[in-house]
Amino acid sequence: MRRHVVAAAAASLLLAGCGGAADTQQPAGSQQPAAKEKVTLEWWHILTSDPGKGIYAKWAKDFEAAHPNVTVKITVLENESFKSKMATQTASGKAPSVFTTWGGGVLRQQAEAGLVKDLTADAAPILPTFSTAAMAAYQIDGKAYAIPTDIGMVGFWYNKKLFAKAGVSEPPATWSAYLDAVKKLKAAGVTPIALAGKEKWPGHYYWAYLAMRVAGLDALKQAAETKDFTGPDFVAAGTHLKALADLQPFQTGFQNASYSTPSGQAAAVSNGKAAMELMGQWAPDVQKSSGKGLGEDLGFFPFPAVEGGKGAITDAFGGGQGFAVGADAPAEAVEFLKFISDPARHREAITNAFALPVIKGTEDAVTNPALKLVVENLTGASGFQLYLDQAYPPAVGQEVNDSVAQLIVGGKTPEEVVKSITETAKSE
Amino acid sequence: MVKTAPGVLPALRVAAQRPPRARRGLTIALFLLPAVVLFALLVLAPILLAFYAGFFKWNGMGGLPQDFVGLDNYLRLFASEVFAGDLRNMGFLVLASLAVQLPLSLGIALLLNQRLRGRAGYRLLFFAPYVLSEAVTAVLFSMILAPDERGLANAILGAFGLSSTWFADTSTVMPALFLVMTWKYFGFHTLLYLAGRQSIPKELTEAAQIDGGTPWQVFRHVTLPLLGPTIRISVFLSVIGTVQLFDLVWIITGGGPSHASETMAVTMMEFGFKRLQIGYASAISVVMFVLSLVFALWYQRFVLRRDLEGATVNR
Repeated sequence: MRRHVVAAAAASLLLAGCGGAADTQQPAGSQQPAAKEKVTLEWWHILTSDPGKGIYAKWAKDFEAAHPNVTVKITVLENESFKSKMATQTASGKAPSVFTTWGGGVLRQQAEAGLVKDLTADAAPILPTFSTAAMAAYQIDGKAYAIPTDIGMVGFWYNKKLFAKAGVSEPPATWSAYLDAVKKLKAAGVTPIALAGKEKWPGHYYWAYLAMRVAGLDALKQAAETKDFTGPDFVAAGTHLKALADLQPFQTGFQNASYSTPSGQAAAVSNGKAAMELMGQWAPDVQKSSGKGLGEDLGFFPFPAVEGGKGAITDAFGGGQGFAVGADAPAEAVEFLKFISDPARHREAITNAFALPVIKGTEDAVTNPALKLVVENLTGASGFQLYLDQAYPPAVGQEVNDSVAQLIVGGKTPEEVVKSITETAKSE
Repeated sequence: MVKTAPGVLPALRVAAQRPPRARRGLTIALFLLPAVVLFALLVLAPILLAFYAGFFKWNGMGGLPQDFVGLDNYLRLFASEVFAGDLRNMGFLVLASLAVQLPLSLGIALLLNQRLRGRAGYRLLFFAPYVLSEAVTAVLFSMILAPDERGLANAILGAFGLSSTWFADTSTVMPALFLVMTWKYFGFHTLLYLAGRQSIPKELTEAAQIDGGTPWQVFRHVTLPLLGPTIRISVFLSVIGTVQLFDLVWIITGGGPSHASETMAVTMMEFGFKRLQIGYASAISVVMFVLSLVFALWYQRFVLRRDLEGATVNR
């Protein structure tokens, strides 16, 4: 049994090389009558649950009705399987017509390999309608390679009741106050933090934010360019995280915990077993689907500032989602992007809570008080950093996740973390 | 070989004039062709491509790899701590399987061979885990061995004031994983041994008993030697399976915490599909392949030789 699966994995890895050269060439300079030609749009997205899934299906139907020659074929995949499937798909030299992207390093690699369409000219009418922060992740060397559908930021989602029980009257604004709050929560018999240690990416949020607060956004940008993360400020970020981990603030068995399963990180907060989690804008939604949900007791506060650090508490860390278009996709794919970027449709996504505003002027559609806080923090942000595991080339991003995960469980020192990240960055 | 008489069928005439040996060769070739094509396409080509891609730095996008780096991927691999950990984990699992899992299976097989009330029921029960898919097993044990009070195992152990961190600690994750592997595979090996045991003629053990052999002596000098071929095959399957262990680990721990339970196949997946370093991942797959191949050839040459001798003589 396991032999077959590994063989299959290996085979797909290896067969990866087979494609490429034999791409069917679309006739260049498509003529006007070609618009009547029957075309199929392959639409890959990752909204596996309603309402998002259903609304996307409805939009596809509406688009088909408006464009009788188009068939939209939807493929819905869970996050991780989407990434694996994309890897095998792009290895064959073709990308789906319209597909989910988080921008950053992966999109850059896809663009450099000529797999995604440059939308700068084709989507020109809609590009200015998006907010600058939302578009940032998809602009590579001045060209737009995707359009945003969601944008948000990472921050602490906390249980107001548990904080009050531990005598923490207001959300901590500095790192030392934060550590104090963690100690108080522990003393009150409350698990301070839920963390999905098995999945690595939630842990990297801590290190990334600490690096932003200590070293500052410019230093992070510079480190990415010079491929050198060995500066003392990045080591300090690790030391601060180690200080937190040494307090043993995480739930029992966090090393093997997942994020969205019924025994995972989100559920622990949702069921009142842990007081907070550091997570993105989707946190309330996942809390609700994996546990009881906190309702009014759920609060949000931005990652605290570090005393003497170069970054401001108003610098935001996060990202969103968008859609890119495959290089060989029919012209209707861009039409489809324009169609779903209609402000009315975007409002529908916002009111159904599977997206935060990316189109200017739709901010008022957010009604949830906690999400309103996210939007306020985001619009008032003094700077923005995309998730490190998306911003950097995949190997570097994964190494950040991996070595930070090791730091948290005591497998690596802060110095070794920056050394591994630098080594991987240099090898890319 | 009957010769085709000329003139029997006009269509056969041309063929009949050819030397029969060549015609037979052609027939064989024609019949082999589909299998050979499939084998070449689905087995040989990927292997060769992996060897090829292993010499390149390649993110798998857009056509064949271009950036030739020679042995760089292999040098990086052999210098990597994670890979060293993979090999250690493989060594642990192989040794533990040979030392614990297989003897356990053998013991159970011998018990199940006794006249025993409900024997068929036990046989079914012990074989059942093997029928479950690895994914189901993995999810099942993620729940049973959950590290906090929610886990069934810890709830039971808790009644005796005990508990374990299971998959959530670098020191307990490998034994816990081995426990799951054993649960999953002992039934398969038990079945092999049971079949082997039943092919041993009763006269032999009876004769030994009549000659005054103690049960241990009968086992040691009659049953065990005659089970030899079965044991050798079972060891072979166990080792090869362990070298390629993937599903269980991937689902239960993803290789963590801190790489403590990572196997070569998990590292390969990580680098191939998450880090998009397909060249490096190919190098890992090549090392896995070579390891398995060398072991298989060595094992066949030196361990299975006696068992295979009959087969070669008959040919």
